[in-house]
Amino acid sequence: MARYAKPSSVEEALHLLKQDSWRILAGGTDFYPSLGSRPLHENILDINGLAELRGTSETGTHFVIGARTSWTEVIRHPLPPAFDAFKLAAREVGSIQIQNAGTVAGNLCNASPAADGVPPLLVLDAEVELRSAEGARLVPLGKFILGNRRTVRRPDEIVTAMHVPKRSASGRSAFFKLGARRYLVISIAMAAARVDLNGDGKIKQAAIAVGACSAAAQRLSGLERMLEGLPASSLADAVGRYEFAELSPIDDVRGTAEYRREAAGEIVRRVLAMAAEEGASREIAA
Amino acid sequence: MSLDKATVSFEVNGAPVSFTVSPVARLSTVLRDELRLTGTKVGCDAGDCGACSVIVDGEVVCACLVPTASIAGASIRTVEGLANGRMSPLQESFLRHGAAQCGICTPGLLVTATALLERSPHPSESEVADALGGVLCRCTGYRKIVKAVMEAWRFDQKDIPPSRLSSFSQGAISPSRGEIGTSKRRDSSAPGLDSCLLAAGKAVGASPIRLDGMPKVLGTEVFGADEWPPDTLSVLVVRSPYWHADFSFGDLAAFVAENPGIAAVFTAKDIPGRNCFGVIPPFADQPALAEGRARFRGEAVALIAGEREAIADLDLNSFPITWKELPHVLTPAEARAAGARPIHQSRPDNVLTAGFVESGEPERALADAAVTVSGTIETAYVEHAYIEPEAGHAFMDGDTLVIKACTQAPYMDRDDTAAVLGLAPEKVRIVPTATGGGFGSKLDVSLQPLIGLVALKTGRPAALAYTRSDSMSSTTKRHPASMWATIGADREGRVTGMIFEGDFNTGAYASWGPTVANRVPVHASGPYRTPNYRATGRAIHTNGPVSGAFRGFGVPQATIMQETLYDALAEKLRMDRLELRIQNALRDGDRTTCGQLLESGVGIGACLEALRPHWRRALADAESFNAGNGNTRRGVGVASCWYGCGNTSLPNPSTIKLGISAAGELVLHQGAVDIGQGSNTVIAQIAADAVGLPLDALRLVGGDTGITPDAGKTSASRQTYVTGKAAEKAGRALREAILRFANVSAHAELSLEQGALVIREGEAVRRIDLSAVEADAEGFVFRSEETYDPPTQALDEKGQGKPYAVYGYGAQLVELDVDLRLGTVKLVKITAAHDVGRAINPMLAEGQIEGGIAQGIGLALMEEYVPGRTENLHDYLIPTMGDVPPIETILIEVPDPEGPFGAKGLGEHVLIPTAPAILNAIRDATGVLVTKLPATPSRIRAAIREAAR
Repeated sequence: MARYAKPSSVEEALHLLKQDSWRILAGGTDFYPSLGSRPLHENILDINGLAELRGTSETGTHFVIGARTSWTEVIRHPLPPAFDAFKLAAREVGSIQIQNAGTVAGNLCNASPAADGVPPLLVLDAEVELRSAEGARLVPLGKFILGNRRTVRRPDEIVTAMHVPKRSASGRSAFFKLGARRYLVISIAMAAARVDLNGDGKIKQAAIAVGACSAAAQRLSGLERMLEGLPASSLADAVGRYEFAELSPIDDVRGTAEYRREAAGEIVRRVLAMAAEEGASREIAA
Repeated sequence: MSLDKATVSFEVNGAPVSFTVSPVARLSTVLRDELRLTGTKVGCDAGDCGACSVIVDGEVVCACLVPTASIAGASIRTVEGLANGRMSPLQESFLRHGAAQCGICTPGLLVTATALLERSPHPSESEVADALGGVLCRCTGYRKIVKAVMEAWRFDQKDIPPSRLSSFSQGAISPSRGEIGTSKRRDSSAPGLDSCLLAAGKAVGASPIRLDGMPKVLGTEVFGADEWPPDTLSVLVVRSPYWHADFSFGDLAAFVAENPGIAAVFTAKDIPGRNCFGVIPPFADQPALAEGRARFRGEAVALIAGEREAIADLDLNSFPITWKELPHVLTPAEARAAGARPIHQSRPDNVLTAGFVESGEPERALADAAVTVSGTIETAYVEHAYIEPEAGHAFMDGDTLVIKACTQAPYMDRDDTAAVLGLAPEKVRIVPTATGGGFGSKLDVSLQPLIGLVALKTGRPAALAYTRSDSMSSTTKRHPASMWATIGADREGRVTGMIFEGDFNTGAYASWGPTVANRVPVHASGPYRTPNYRATGRAIHTNGPVSGAFRGFGVPQATIMQETLYDALAEKLRMDRLELRIQNALRDGDRTTCGQLLESGVGIGACLEALRPHWRRALADAESFNAGNGNTRRGVGVASCWYGCGNTSLPNPSTIKLGISAAGELVLHQGAVDIGQGSNTVIAQIAADAVGLPLDALRLVGGDTGITPDAGKTSASRQTYVTGKAAEKAGRALREAILRFANVSAHAELSLEQGALVIREGEAVRRIDLSAVEADAEGFVFRSEETYDPPTQALDEKGQGKPYAVYGYGAQLVELDVDLRLGTVKLVKITAAHDVGRAINPMLAEGQIEGGIAQGIGLALMEEYVPGRTENLHDYLIPTMGDVPPIETILIEVPDPEGPFGAKGLGEHVLIPTAPAILNAIRDATGVLVTKLPATPSRIRAAIREAAR
C-alpha cells in the first residue's frame, strides 16, 4: 500500500521527505492530468496543509512568493509594475479554474518548456528557495530548471518560495503569449521583458526571456547587453540584428522550429516595446 | 497499491456530508460516485474542458483536479445547488436564450458564470469570455452562452415583477409565416417562448424554448455516465498500443485469480455472434474485440470486468498479452504505394471503395475554357471532441439485453449489437440516454457490444465510461483528405467545367468511408451550374484511426477545394468574388452534375444575394482598415454550401408514432435522437401543428427501441426533413382519425381539456371523455403511425440519378484580421445566410448555425488530430469562447415542396462554408492561400514567407 501524508508544518514535511520517496501534491493541476486514469503507485506527500507556503510577502531586500501561492493570488496581490509580466502570465495560465488551483512553484517544478510562469520570473531574477531536513538553499531560477521536466530539486527537498530581489523589481515589464487559440492554450512561444529606463529615455537595464523555444525558458543576456544605453525608439532594430543563439526551438504539433525562431524575435520586439514605451498598450494579444 | 481511506467532511450545496474515501480521490469522482450528484460532468479528467467546474469556498475550480483531502471543511456548490425552489435567473436565461444544446457542458458553464455574476452582475462580453474561457462547448458556438450570461440580470425577479417577465417573453418574437425568398433577421437577443404561450397551430415558425431544456439547466439530465444500477460491474477495455500488431494472450484465468475483485476477462473468443460490425452492412469489417491482430492504435482487444474499485486500482502492466508489431501505413500515399500490404485481404489495393460522378465532357470543357485554375488541398484528421465521452451501462431484463447509452442511432446500435452477441434484434433493447454531443461519431457502436457482452456473460449489470483518451483514440474521426481539382470558365465568368479527385484516409475499418466516397463527388461542384464535370472520391485504408461520419461526410473538405478555386477564378477573371458565385449559382430548373432536375426550392441565389449588402460593407471596412500600414491586415472571404439531406440514393425511412392517451395527452414517440440539435422540440412542433393541438399538450417519449418506432439515425441533416415529414404525416393522420370519429370537417378545432378531447366546429362542440373510451394496449385512445422515405433514385455508373430528394443551401461571409508577422488570425465577424426552407424553430436554427460555424473555425484554424500525440483536449485544440466572433444569422426561407412545412435540413450545411470562407479571407488579407489545414499561425507564416521569396 502506498503512503499518503498531509503534514501541517514544513518541518514535518521535510522529515517525511528524508524518510521515504514521495510524489508531491499541491494544486493538482499537473498531478492529475499526468496521472490520467492509472492507479496510484507512489507515496503522496500532500502539501496543501502547509499554510506558511501560501501568499506573498516582503523582506527588506526581497519579495517572497510562497510556493503554494495560486495564480489568482498573484493576480490579486498588489505588486510593483516590474511584476506586470508575471501578472499577465498568471492570467494566461490555463483558465480561471486552473489559476484558482494551480501554484507558482508547481509550474516551476513541473518544468514544462512551455510553463507560462518561467519567463516573467526569469526577468525578475527570481531565485528558488529549496528546503530539506539538511537546510535551505537558494538557486537562481535559470539554474533550477535543467531541461524538459527536469529540475535540480533533490527528492528530499521541497520548493518553499520564490525570492525576487527588490533591486530587480525596477522598471516595467510585459508578457506576450503566442498560442493557436484564445484561452486554455499551451504556448507556441512566449516572451517576457522588463525594461528600466534612464531619465533620458535610454535603456538602463533590460531583462528578456523567451519560453517554449528551448528545453527550458531562456534569458537573452546577449540581447540585454546590446540594448543597454540604447534609446527606447531603436529597440526594434537591435532585436532585428540579434541572432537568438540562446534558443533551440523544435518542430512539434504547435509549430515548426523555423516559425518559433522567427516568432520569438517578433514577440520579443513587442514585449520590449510594451515595456519600454510610455503609455504603450498593455493589451495581451491572443 | 491504493491509499488508505480517510474520512472527509464538507458541505455540498449547504448540506453537511461526510465520506470515507481515498484522500487523493478526485472531487469529481466523490461528487458523482459517492454523492450521486451527477450534474457535475467529467469530460477530460485533466482540467482541459471545465465540464466539472464547481465552486469551492467561493472560487471556481475543476473538480477533477481537486484532491478530496483539500475540501475538508470546505463549502462546495454544484449545479444542483443553483436553483433554489425555482431556476436561478442565470438558468432561466440559459434556457430562454438557447444557450444549452446537448447540455453536457451546461453545468460547468452555469457554475462558472454564477461565480462571475456574484462578483459582477452586469458583465461585459470580454469579462464573460475571460471568466468562461476555460469551459469548452462543442455545440453552441458560445454566442448564446455569452448573451445568456450578460442578460441573466433580466431574469432576476428582484428587478422584474413576474408580469413583466412574461410580457418580456411574449413580445420578443412574433411567429411569422415564411414567404418565398424572404429572409428574416432574428434579433438574437430575443429569448425563446414558453410553449404554453403558443396556441394550437402556431408552433411551427415560433421559437419555444427546447422542450427537453429544463433538466439540462438544472443538471438533472441523465447522460451516458450518469446512471448505473446497484451491483454494476465496471469494465476496462484493453487497447492496442500499436498501429498494427499481432497479439496473443497468456494465462487469463490466472490473471483473474490473482486480482481480487476482478470478475472476468473477455476476448474475441467469448463473442457468441458474428464478431464484425459496421454501419453499412455490405462493408462491415470491424471486430468488437480484435481477433489476434490489431489494425490501429486504440483498437479494443480484451475486456476486464470487475468491481468498481478493483478496476480503478488495476495495474494493466500485469495483463498477460504479448504483442508482435507489424509494418504499418498511415497515409493514403503509403497505403497505395507499390508493395504496400493490404490491411484487409479482401481489399487488395487498400482501396475501400470509390465514388464517381461524370457529366458532359470535362476535359474538352477545360481545354476550351477561357481561364482555368487548379490547386490542391490537404486536410487533417479532425476529432469530434464532444464533451461527453462515450458512456453507458447494460443489464439483463429477463432474456432481453438492455443497453442505456449515449447514441445517435438506437436501431443501428440494436442490430449491430445483436449480431455481435448472437441475439435476435428484439432481444436487444437500446434506451438512449441524453447524448452529450455526437456530430457523427456516435452513429457507430462503440461500447454497446462491449458492455452488452459483459452483461450477457455475467448476468450482472455492466457500466463503462470512456476516458477522454479512450474516446479520442478509439472512435471515428473526420477523414483527412488529399484533393486536387481544376475549374474552367468562359470569359464572362460562367463556369464551364470541373475535374476533382480526392483521396480520403478512411483508417483501419470501413465505418462511413463509402458514404464519404460517394457523397463527395455528388457535392464537389458546390451549388453552382457545372455542365461538364468529373469527380472521383476514394476511401483508402490505413492503420490510422477509423474515419467515419463527421458533420458533412467529406463535403466540408471538398468544398474547401472548390471554394478556394472560385476565388482564384474570380481573380483571374477580374470579377467580384461574390458576383462570380451569384452568376453561377444553381437556380430553379437547373440540373445538378448528377443530372437531377431541381424544379423548385433552390435557395443558394437568395443566400448569396442576401449577403450582398454585407459584402459591400465588409469590403469597404477592410479597405479603410488596410489603408493604415500596420502589421495587421483585414481580409474578407465568402463561400457557399449545398448539401443533400438523408442517405445518398438509399432507403432512409423514419417512422413516427403518435397518439392521444387516456390521460388526455398528445403522446409523441420521438425516435429522432436529440443530440443537442433540437429534434425533441422541432419534431414536436411539427407534430403538434399537424394534429392541430397546442405544443403544450404534447408529451415526449424518447427513442427507446422497445417502445418507439425507428426514426432512423441522427445524421445527414435528415431529422427535421425526414422524421419531420413522418411526424407531419402521422399528425395529419391522427387529426383525420379524430375528425372522422367526431364526424366533423377539416376546419374543426381540437383541444385537450382536463382529460377530454374537445372538438369545436362553429357552434358545435363535441367533448370526448378520454377515460371513458377504451384505450389500446399502449394506452392510446386515438393513434397513428406513419413512415416517410425520401423519394430518391439510384445513381448509375456515371453517378447520374437523383441522389437526394431535398437539398439545403447556405453562404457565409467571413471578416478577419491577420497579424502578418505572427501569422495569427483574429476573426472579426461572420455573416451566415442559410436557406432552411422553413425555419421550424428559428432560435434552434440559429443555434445550429452558430455551432456549425464554431466547428468550421476549428477545422480551418486549429484542429489537427495527430494519432498517438493529441489524444487529449490540451494538445487537440477546439475553439474556446474567445475564438468565435459575433455571428449574424440570416435565415432564408425558400420552401421545399417535399419537406414538412417546406423545411430543409440544416445541421451539416452550417459547417461547410466556414473553413473555405476563412481561407479565402486569409488569402484576401495576405495574398497567400494556405493549402494544408489547419491554417495554424506556423503555416500561415510559412506561406507568407514562401510568397515573399
